[in-house]
Order: sequence, then C-alpha cells, then structure tokens
Amino acid sequence: MTISDSVSVQSPDVLLQVRGLRKTYEVRNDPIEAIRRLTFDIHAGDLVCIVGPSGAGKTTLLRSLAGLLTPSGGSAKLDGEEIVEPPKGMAVVFQEYARSLFPWLTIAQNVALPLKAQGVDRATRAEKTAKALEAVGLADVAKRYPWQLSGGMQQRVALARAVAYEPRILLMDEPFAAVDAQTRADLEDLVRNLWHRLGLTVLFVTHDIDESIYLGQRVLVLSNRPTEILDDIAINLPDERDQLTTRNEPEFARLRAEVYERVQQAKAGRRPGDAA
Amino acid sequence: MSATELVRTARMKRDSGIGKQVRKVLAVVALPIVLIVTWWFSSAGSQNFFFPPLEQIVTAFQPTWFTGAIETEVLPSVWRLLGGYLVAGVIGIGLGALLGSSPVLRAFTEPALEFLRAIPPTVMIPILILFLGIGAEMRVVVIAIGALWPILLNTIEGVRAIDEVLRDTARVYRLTPMMRFSTLILRGASPQIVTGARQGLSVAIILMVISEMFAAQDGIGFTIIRFQKSYAMPEMWSGILLLGVLGIVLSLIFKLFESISLKWYFGLRQSQRGGN
Repeated sequence: MTISDSVSVQSPDVLLQVRGLRKTYEVRNDPIEAIRRLTFDIHAGDLVCIVGPSGAGKTTLLRSLAGLLTPSGGSAKLDGEEIVEPPKGMAVVFQEYARSLFPWLTIAQNVALPLKAQGVDRATRAEKTAKALEAVGLADVAKRYPWQLSGGMQQRVALARAVAYEPRILLMDEPFAAVDAQTRADLEDLVRNLWHRLGLTVLFVTHDIDESIYLGQRVLVLSNRPTEILDDIAINLPDERDQLTTRNEPEFARLRAEVYERVQQAKAGRRPGDAA
Repeated sequence: MSATELVRTARMKRDSGIGKQVRKVLAVVALPIVLIVTWWFSSAGSQNFFFPPLEQIVTAFQPTWFTGAIETEVLPSVWRLLGGYLVAGVIGIGLGALLGSSPVLRAFTEPALEFLRAIPPTVMIPILILFLGIGAEMRVVVIAIGALWPILLNTIEGVRAIDEVLRDTARVYRLTPMMRFSTLILRGASPQIVTGARQGLSVAIILMVISEMFAAQDGIGFTIIRFQKSYAMPEMWSGILLLGVLGIVLSLIFKLFESISLKWYFGLRQSQRGGN
C-alpha cells in the first residue's frame, strides 16, 4: 500500500465510511443520547485525529466503530462492509494499556496472540512478532511480562501487537493520556514513524489539541454531547514532523489557536450549523 | 530503549543472607516443635486410657500403617479423594466459566444454586447409598458434591471480575472461542479458581473421612473408627496423626502448583504495590 500523504487525490478509496451514526443509551428507562449524528470518511493511508471536549462521547464513538457497541442508527462500513462486530483487520490501542495486555502472557506472547487467533503458523508468528517489537524498540524485553515494564513501554507493546496484526485500520483511543509528557512525545513520534513506514491507516482519538495537530493530516472536532462533528480541519504542516521545530512553526500556532477556539465553542455548546 | 524507561529489574537480591534463611525456617517449624514437645512431656506417663502417651502413639504408628495398611487403607482413600476432587474441579470450573460469562444464566440458576449449596453434603450420604450403593462411587460423589461449591462459586466470581478492557481486546483481535476460554477466561479467573480449589481441597479431605464412616470396607476414616470401636487408642491416635500428615502433604503439593500457575499474579500484585 502506498501512502497518499496530504496531497489530495482525486478519488481516494474510502476505507472507513461513517454515515449518520447514532447511539442512545438506556439508563433505567431514561434514554441518554450520546451520539446524535456522525458522518465522515477515512481514506486508506490517512492519519485522522478526532478531538473533542471531555465527555464528548469519544470513547463511545470509538467503541461503536470497533464493533464493540451496537449503534442505535446509521452505519459504519469498513471496506464497504457493515461493522456489526469487531471486523477482520481492525486493531485497537486502548487508553488503559495495563488492562489491555494479558498479564499472564509474556510480551512476545501478547504480540503473537492475535496472529495465533488468525491461524498464522508458528514460524511466521515468531518472525512478525520479533519485527514488530523491533519496530517499537522493544526487541530486548520479549520474554518479560507486561507488569515488569513501565507504562510507556506497555503502550509500545500494545502498539507492537496492533502493528504485527497488519491491520487495515488502526483505532487509537486516547492512547497516551496516561503516560508522562516525555514518554508521550516519544510515542507520538513512534506513531508518525510507524504510519509512514508501514503505510497504516490510523484514526486517533484524543482530548489533547496539540497532539491532534502534531499527529494528524486532518482533525475532526467533536461537539458536546450529544456528539456531532463540528469541524473538519486540514493540517497543512510539512510531512516530516519534529517535536521541536514543528511545534514552533507559525502554522502550528495558528492551527492550535483555531482548534482551541473550536473546542472552546464546542464546550460552550455550539452545534453544527451555528456560526463558528 | 531509553534509560528512563528501564524499570525494576531484579529486587530479588534482598533475601540472601544465611541468617535470614535460618530465621525463615525457624518461623515455620518453631510452633509445631513447641506443640510436639509439650504434647510429648505432658502426656508422658499418662494413665488416662483415652489419652495415651505420645511415645506409645509414635511406637504404634509404624506397625499400624507400614505393614500393608498403606495399600489397603490409605491409597483407596487417596484415590477416592482425588477422583471426587477432580470431578468437582472439572464441573466447577466448566460450569463456573459458563455462569460467570452469562448474566442471564446466572440470574436463572442463582436461586437453585443457593438452595443446593445450603444442603450439607453429608446428609446426601443416606440418599446416595440408595442410588449408588455403598461402594467407591458413592464416596467419590459425596466428595465431589462437597468440593464443588467453593470451586464453582469462586470461578463464577473470578470470571465476572475479568477486566472489561481485556475482554474488549480479546473481541477486537477475534480470539477463537477455544482461545477465549483458555487464554482469557481460565487464566483471567485463575486467582479466584485457585482460592476455590484450596477451600475445595479441605472440604474434600473432611468428606473423604466422613464418607468412610458409613458402611465402608476400607479407608483411613474406616480404620480410625475400627480402632476406636476396638479401644485400640494409640492406633486410633496414630490414624489421626496420619490424616494430619496427609493434609500437610496435599497442601504442600497445592502450594507448589499455585506458585507456578499464579506466578504472574503475584508479580503483578507486587508491581502494583511498588508503583511504577
């Protein structure tokens, strides 16, 4: 797969198509509208960030896309196929890294598990696992257990597991919200790096405005609950990004101000159609 | 990998001194030694027919048990114990995994389980004798019924307590039903399953003895009763000693199994206490 980076292609293949997605919970006969209407496309090779105020239903959205929740209406399609359960070729990196790794399996076994479920033979499994761990810089801890590693390293393992799976699309749910700032910067660069090298398609959910701009080609801004998409902002930063120079660029500052303002408006209750 | 990410390598070095090892052993054997010595001297020269001197009991031990009784009395008891325990384990863990995974099934079966659990297994013996006769099957079934409850109820709790994020992870990566059972459910609930199995083992030992007090032809419990009825007091007491020794041996074997199968759990708990 080649990366059609930032350059807008005439008719790029839509990988993930979301149309009028709705989700309403029933809490003791009291319907709570979490997601009102979501419509957007993700093209193959995209790195799209979704940012929104806390409590904007980001996790509900991601769980619906992952097939872990059944939406109340609308549709989400991966490669034209309706998502009703976790689809083949979709990897998810959760925020709670410590809880998403199997503590009774070693690092290598954790990474190899999805491959085993797919029926990949032992030799190929070992090879892909080693490669993925190498890619996230953890080749030397393959035989350890997750709880012997730091938070940042555990999240790298989760990332290696997703990468080894060779997913069509990678969903990330505030994956770095619980690690320290330094580790977080390293992990952000790692995501950009893997996306580039492996031609991944990534949907990255975060509440961190800077992170969304630094990582994404596009940033979707969510409204307050019930969730809708307020803005779809193109990030026209150079493709080669660097924690120091990119974040100091005037364009970065301008985008940050823009997204920040949109998120503030979202918090204040702006709905789509209102003047921005 | 950066040095800041390196975490807790080995903290094993601390318990190394020989003095510490000696103190550890002493802590384990000190009280038993005191009790035995006290028993030995306070019973020495005892004229009470029912409480013979410990010296007599020890002297009676060898001829009572090591002249064929191991094969004819002890081994049958142990086989029935292990048979009943195994049946309880298979049914308890299998049924527990099923009920723990399904709130509907749980709600449906809970009243019946509560009722059945409240029935002491010993009162089933007369009924079981009607159906199964007075052979080994009846005793195995009594042991199984008694040991079942702690294993079943703990397994249900353990399966219920498996982390939500881990379940989601298993779904996203499409683990096969077999892998879900072995890697997610069984291992995830293993700390509680082991707790239940330990309680089940003590119940099984008690029921092993009791079941041999009804219409039995062999067994440790049967032999102790026989000595009691024939007023062979030192021999009777030696049987009680033997039961104690058997209990210790079984519990040591169990501990060994526990330390291997739950190595990850103890490590995880220690890392959580230590903080990251």
